[in-house]
Amino acid sequence: MGLLSLAIWTPIAFGVILLAFGRDSQARAVRWLALVGSIVSFLITLPLYSGFQLGTSAMQFVEKASWIERFNVHYHLGVDGISLWLVLLTAFINVIVVIAGWEVITRKVNQYMAAFLILSGLMIGVFSALDGILFYVFFEATLIPMYLIIGIWGGPNKIYAAFKFFLYTLMGSLLTLIALIYLYTASNGSFDILTWHKLQLSGTVQTLLFFAFFAAFAVKVPMWPFHTWLPDVHVEAPTGGSAVLAAIMLKLGAYGFLRFSMPIAPDAAREWGMFIIVLSLVAVVYVGLVAMVQQDMKKLVAYSSVAHMGFVTLGFFIFNPLGVSGGIVQMIAHGFVSAAMFLSIGVLYDRVHSREIASYGGVVNTMPKFAAFALFFSMANCGLPGTAGFVGEWMVILGAVKFNFWIGALAASALIFGAAYTLWMFKRVYLGPVANDDVKDLTDINGREFLVMALLAAAVLYMGVYPKPFTDVMDTSVADLLKHVAMSKLP
Amino acid sequence: MSQTLNASTLLAVPLAPLVGSVLAGVLGTQFGGNWIGRRLSHTLTILGVFVALVLSAMTLKNVIDGARFNETLYTWMVVGGLKMEVGFLVDGITAMMMCVVTFVSLMVHIYTIGYMEEDEGYNRFFAYISLFTFSMLMLVMSNNLLQLFFGWEAVGLVSYLLIGFWYNKPTAIFANMKAFLVNRVGDFGFILGIGLIVAYTGTLNYTELFAKANELAAINFPWYVFGLDGMLITVICICLFIGAMGKSAQFPLHVWLPDSMEGPTPISALIHAATMVTAGIFMVARMSPLFELSDAALNFIMVIGSITALFMGFLGIIQNDIKRVVAYSTLSQLGYMTVALGASAYSVAVFHLMTHAFFKALLFLGAGSVIMGMHHNQDIRWMGGVRKYMPITWITSLLGSLALIGTPLFSGFYSKDSIIEAVHLSHLPAAGFANFAVLAGVFVTAFYSFRMYFLVFHGKERYDQNPDAHHGHDDHHGHDDHGHEKPHESPWVVTVPLVLLAIPSVVIGFMTIQPMLYGEFFKDVIFIDAVKHPAMKELAESFHGPVAMALHGLSTAPFWLALAGVVTAWYMYLVNPKVPAFFARALRPLIVVMENKYFMDWINENILAKGARGLGSGLWKVGDRAIIDGFFVNGSWKVVGLVSGVVRWFQSGYLYHYALVMILGVFVLMTYFVWLA
Repeated sequence: MGLLSLAIWTPIAFGVILLAFGRDSQARAVRWLALVGSIVSFLITLPLYSGFQLGTSAMQFVEKASWIERFNVHYHLGVDGISLWLVLLTAFINVIVVIAGWEVITRKVNQYMAAFLILSGLMIGVFSALDGILFYVFFEATLIPMYLIIGIWGGPNKIYAAFKFFLYTLMGSLLTLIALIYLYTASNGSFDILTWHKLQLSGTVQTLLFFAFFAAFAVKVPMWPFHTWLPDVHVEAPTGGSAVLAAIMLKLGAYGFLRFSMPIAPDAAREWGMFIIVLSLVAVVYVGLVAMVQQDMKKLVAYSSVAHMGFVTLGFFIFNPLGVSGGIVQMIAHGFVSAAMFLSIGVLYDRVHSREIASYGGVVNTMPKFAAFALFFSMANCGLPGTAGFVGEWMVILGAVKFNFWIGALAASALIFGAAYTLWMFKRVYLGPVANDDVKDLTDINGREFLVMALLAAAVLYMGVYPKPFTDVMDTSVADLLKHVAMSKLP
Repeated sequence: MSQTLNASTLLAVPLAPLVGSVLAGVLGTQFGGNWIGRRLSHTLTILGVFVALVLSAMTLKNVIDGARFNETLYTWMVVGGLKMEVGFLVDGITAMMMCVVTFVSLMVHIYTIGYMEEDEGYNRFFAYISLFTFSMLMLVMSNNLLQLFFGWEAVGLVSYLLIGFWYNKPTAIFANMKAFLVNRVGDFGFILGIGLIVAYTGTLNYTELFAKANELAAINFPWYVFGLDGMLITVICICLFIGAMGKSAQFPLHVWLPDSMEGPTPISALIHAATMVTAGIFMVARMSPLFELSDAALNFIMVIGSITALFMGFLGIIQNDIKRVVAYSTLSQLGYMTVALGASAYSVAVFHLMTHAFFKALLFLGAGSVIMGMHHNQDIRWMGGVRKYMPITWITSLLGSLALIGTPLFSGFYSKDSIIEAVHLSHLPAAGFANFAVLAGVFVTAFYSFRMYFLVFHGKERYDQNPDAHHGHDDHHGHDDHGHEKPHESPWVVTVPLVLLAIPSVVIGFMTIQPMLYGEFFKDVIFIDAVKHPAMKELAESFHGPVAMALHGLSTAPFWLALAGVVTAWYMYLVNPKVPAFFARALRPLIVVMENKYFMDWINENILAKGARGLGSGLWKVGDRAIIDGFFVNGSWKVVGLVSGVVRWFQSGYLYHYALVMILGVFVLMTYFVWLA
């Protein structure tokens, strides 16, 4: 079995074992097994980075085996510079959420941990699948564990949220299935994504395909105006669910644009680029403003996620290396930062059981260690240089100015809005005199929480200070993708 | 030491304070479990800054001897051929800034031992100011725009942390957020300027950029701009300058600086007077090869600087908080520097930056010493006669004030007089207004400086008249019940920095004007198009040494204006206190406008901030809730529900329904075929 297969199936195997043998009476053993499983799965992904060859855009660590011969479906895996870091990010975040859920989850612990482990494997599958059907199976399968995570361990309105999440995202992806089947016939019976990249398609077909993919990916990202499911779902989801949703699941959509929409329908992508750019800018400006007035911390961070993901899609569709690389960097950075933001809210929620900003005030007085981390992550969220949050925004803004000054200017407004909603929340929650007895009774983070925060802070700082390992990996793949998109595929 | 500069020595300059900061910040606070105590914290941080100062001084000596350094230290990233790097460019302006930053920082570190003695956050404070020193050094030593932006934002972060240092104080945590956000507005322009530079030159490196400056000047701005001349270089320069306006608190982005006085006094001296706020001035001077190419941008700069210099000075007159007087004075002086930039007298701006750093740090630290001596009363109306109790603070503050108002032979004289002369010689259209503003500003500066000086150090003692002696005006924890005691002189850790800052405040102008303005010090650093902007050239022709300049200064308008300002202040506040009261009544409407700071804060809070929140709220409730969610999302399931409700009729499951429909159908068909067809 190849590395990628191991990366996909190890967490799933651990998850299945937990499901089969775990009982709440042995919660301790379950947690440790889940931790071991997640760490092993993460370690497995490391050789992907160390063994990754720079300077080529070809797929690496390729595995290919026949799966459903009747329809020429293959179990075909591989990573390139675009997907590599997403695989590592997924495995890393999985370790974080296992530790973060440690003693918070007391009910059906084995199922909780198993859901995350299986979800992690499935998402790695999405990022490494090179066969259309395989991709689609992984892509849709991720909905199931997340649906359960929200529906079982979520808040009071969890059923509504779980349904909204499931239906909304499923509806979008049905059109994608039609597109995949069309491509299968158009390519004379192949589900190979790389073959599809070379397919010649007429303008109308490209446009239809583009929008079929758009339906799935835009909902997932989510792009404005398909974003309203996200705040509702985040509010109800448990902390770990929110962290994975924001850190990884949203990236599935953005990744889809790079792997399907842009290379398969490049002419349509160029034609409709401006449309995507406008939606992205609306996300940055409109959603930035909306985020400012949220009273619920999770909603605020959810809206801030939408705004940050707007940067990702904006970067992709300005079609220059700074923009596309910036978009990918932003995906990874947002993975670290949004996970950290949601986990920080979780730390407070576990203690006070409120997500309302108004329930807090002066937390720094009783939780100085935690407040230091929260400040760091808030600064990362508003894109301060030296943190991961800066790198992607900086690249996309520079790329956007190059594309069109005014588009760059609208994108750069995020500097102001991002700081406004993040710091205003920080001020109201953490600064000031102790606001009430709940805050007075807070205890600072324990060793486990400290570990979670420190791991994420280290990642955010590293990426901010030395992003070269990230951009080096993607440089060639992005250049190749752009070359590909620039060429017409009209017959 | 050899004449060459090497990377590791230079690297040690910013890293030494960083190490001190990390040690004090992690091990000395609750974060790391209070491992090291106060003594060790301040020793480590002071040691770090001291090392930086010594190395900076050696660097300056080497630079004077002709050494230069321009190398990349490490590559941050490379994207699509665009290199983003971290590296140092060490030349005259860098070496000078390094010395100013590390010297003032060291003074402030030592001073803090006394000033923050009773504060719980002692170690945290040292960690922050050392972190600031690191950030500021990275900013000034940078050889590219990326690192400049890094330092730019990092000093902004530390400023945010320090303004809100007393995080339980509502005004402080409002002020720090405001400072950050207003600076972000500036950064918005700054990043767009950098973006345009990258788009058209493909480089962030200063040297490579300046080599392409003339190419840039030939390009038209391809996207429509209202009213501008459509030149790319103008747009770039104005965008960059907007960044400088935020950081260097130029009108209308000045609003954060007075509020930043909510922070402890040592940082007001270090960050909000001597170093960080001058970053914008430094940046424009560094970018002189670009700014020289756009007269439109230079005019813009000059107008903004003039407004700031004059109108912020006016506000200094009516302030009663000792720190706020100095803060408005800082705004006004930053306006002077900006005017100098607009007049293409970059070296003069930087020269004033340096002299100002010394005397303004001195004035702030002096004010802090007075605040300590007055048991944390900051209101100058309730001071008076302090000179008897605080002789060192008194003398040093007097020297600082004399330097500030431009007394001949003092450092401020050389720099400010040169600015006034340069503006006078400038041929730009904005120079007329600027000339008026800087001259009028001289009187205003002298007036508010000596109003404060007389009210604090001379006259009757008014300590027991303070109505809020027991509350308010107190920027310290639990220290508010000494209202009626006599002032006392501050400990040596406070007075020694005052003395050490007073020395350069007096002599540095005299000593350095020749090399800095007319010598080789800024050769190859600052570029001036002498044909279009001959002011500096003409200035050099009329310069005959610092002594001659001082003598000549006695017969020029600025000197007499300053003297008039001092005499007026003396008459109004020491001889005949009825006069200010009369003016306060007679000019009531004007005073109201000034007390409200020209209503800038009101506009920002009630129109911009409230407007943004209102818009956000509207978009959320109408856009997200009503239209997207209410109409489309929930509407679509309602439609599904409705349609299925209708369709359900057709499959009720009851046989007699189906039978009835079938019979009716047959009946309709038969009717059709039999009767109609």
